Amino acid sequence: MSLLAPGHRGCAGCCDALAGKFVLDALGSDCIVVSPTGCLEVFTTPYPESAWDVPWVHSLFENAAAVASGVEAALKALGKKSNTKIVAIGGDGATLDIGLQAISGAFERGHDIIYVCIDNEAYMNTGVQRSGATPLYASTTTSPAGKVSFGNPLQKKNMPAIIAAHGSPYVATASVAYAPDMMKKVKKAAEIKGPTYVHVHAPCCTGWKFEGSKTIEVGKLAVETAMWPLYEMENGTITNVRKLRNRKPVEEYLKVQGRFKHLFTMPGGADEIKKIQATADWNAKHFGLE
Amino acid sequence: MRNRMIVVEGSYAVAHAVKVCRPNVISAYPITPQTHIVENLSQFVADGEIDCESMNVESEFSAISALIGASAAGARTYSSTTSQGLALMHEALFNASGMRLPIIMTVVNRALSAPINIWNDQQDSIAQRDTGWIQLYAEDVQESADMIPQLYKIAEDSEVLLPAMACMDGFILSHVYEPVILLEQSLTDEFLPSYSPEFVLDPKNPMSFGAFADPSTYTEFRYKQEKAMGEALERIEEVANEFMEKYGRYYGGLIDGYALDDAEIVIMAMGSVIGTVKDTIDMLRSEGETVGLLKVRSFRPFPAEAIRKALRNAKVVITLDKNISIGKNEGALCTEVKACLYNAGVRTPVIGFMLGHGGRDIPVSTIMKIVNKAKLVEKGIFIESEFADLREDLV
Repeated sequence: MSLLAPGHRGCAGCCDALAGKFVLDALGSDCIVVSPTGCLEVFTTPYPESAWDVPWVHSLFENAAAVASGVEAALKALGKKSNTKIVAIGGDGATLDIGLQAISGAFERGHDIIYVCIDNEAYMNTGVQRSGATPLYASTTTSPAGKVSFGNPLQKKNMPAIIAAHGSPYVATASVAYAPDMMKKVKKAAEIKGPTYVHVHAPCCTGWKFEGSKTIEVGKLAVETAMWPLYEMENGTITNVRKLRNRKPVEEYLKVQGRFKHLFTMPGGADEIKKIQATADWNAKHFGLE
Repeated sequence: MRNRMIVVEGSYAVAHAVKVCRPNVISAYPITPQTHIVENLSQFVADGEIDCESMNVESEFSAISALIGASAAGARTYSSTTSQGLALMHEALFNASGMRLPIIMTVVNRALSAPINIWNDQQDSIAQRDTGWIQLYAEDVQESADMIPQLYKIAEDSEVLLPAMACMDGFILSHVYEPVILLEQSLTDEFLPSYSPEFVLDPKNPMSFGAFADPSTYTEFRYKQEKAMGEALERIEEVANEFMEKYGRYYGGLIDGYALDDAEIVIMAMGSVIGTVKDTIDMLRSEGETVGLLKVRSFRPFPAEAIRKALRNAKVVITLDKNISIGKNEGALCTEVKACLYNAGVRTPVIGFMLGHGGRDIPVSTIMKIVNKAKLVEKGIFIESEFADLREDLV
């Protein structure tokens, strides 16, 4: 039985629910979970119900890292730290945007916490608004494609690099589509002392507009096209990369998602896709994926 | 008693009071005029005089957030802030109270920007009135310090479980050197039991904190906070008396009176201005004026019943507010005192004076002027509410 109980209110095919379950499968029961506001928080804890079979605390949207650091300090002060892992599990908005300052502070202070970002690339809980994690040209409700717009005009923020710059001993990217790899990385993050970070790519069927049965498939395509490189960094150095044998063109990833549909129908779309391909090419080169 | 008195800065006395309460986690961010409290606490930590986790966080918002986590994990927690820092905490203040976490925080009262101003008034804590925190206001340095163990005892009571602000006027109390008795460790250990909450984050007994409540359950959370404030109303009185028995000092529980019993004109105030009011009353009494003071020590919970009772012989009530609700032309104390009299059918005139904003000094002459203005009511001239110390040359 999973420590994240079934019967929660996540969408069919929900990436968040998968990620939450994988994190707990990796950590086991001796952990305390801190959630910022977001889908995972809302669909798991409609009072008086809770899907969490581990101690769990939600405070606000932008303070999960600060709350987690307070939990860690309390356990230390009370002599209860021992092996208990403290993990914050936040969405991309809570992590890359509104909660960035609290994360920076917590990582600078060096608390023994794990921060897992479940990145579904927009504010899904409020209805698919763009965040700092939304990729170039994704159509969201606040960066919609329109007659004179190809959607979100900005590149995705490189959060793992920001965390690595704080001197974190362990930063990894993962994907819900690669469960064993993700769990291995969460486990490793837990074993390493100090503030560690796992950034999990999590395709959201509701926000990205694909069938709920395709979550894993879409996640795999992100990795196979080099749109989401999987790697580990230890003390600022890349130590492990998931290699790609036959890197696929980004169209294969884009065409299965409604949020990129306009790129295939609008005049000039093909040229814009080339810009996305350039991002994938840069990833492949920078991380040595091939 | 007298030989135990030493002269220290207000901030030191407060930091020392925090130390003897044995907090587990302290988290704060520096802001004038609160800095001396956290600096003293940091020195205690550096000297090994206090056994706690001390967190130098990157903002007031994270200071309170860290304490939310620490308190939920079962720690006794402390922070201190003021003005802009308290305003930055606003969202998390509601959260700490809604989650029923007995965090104690000294608010070193200071004005809010704009215009930026680092001096004292009470707009900062008054603006947080509705966040569900207990608010006590200290009259002097000794009370600012003695309030700390009192508030832990009140807030951590299982029937209360609410966070609390110990409000002390910035500079006037935080930076003044006064003779005080530093709280004794042994007495405090007897007075304040260690904190052992029933509900904590514990892997052996998993619980969910901060769940999401829909319209079918949300109201009852608010109702229970209000009930807890009602419990606090009782506990504030009881704990003030217990403190008196243990330490021999008393400042009132919810309220306190000075020359009040036969007073026809009653001045109501909160915080350090009370000392000046007392001096003014002494002078007026010597001239035969029946003026008295009703000190409001607890602003949240608001002691409506105690105030009604204390004002039963008053002919005119004066309220002094170091804050303003802009657009109401009144300070919060004025509004609340009027409100608590109305339904009891009491029609004693309540005249509001706003003063001391942004650190403007409040001399005896200002209080004298206020009393004289209030007396005009007897001649049928009624002032609703006004600024008491306005510089006409600037307006």
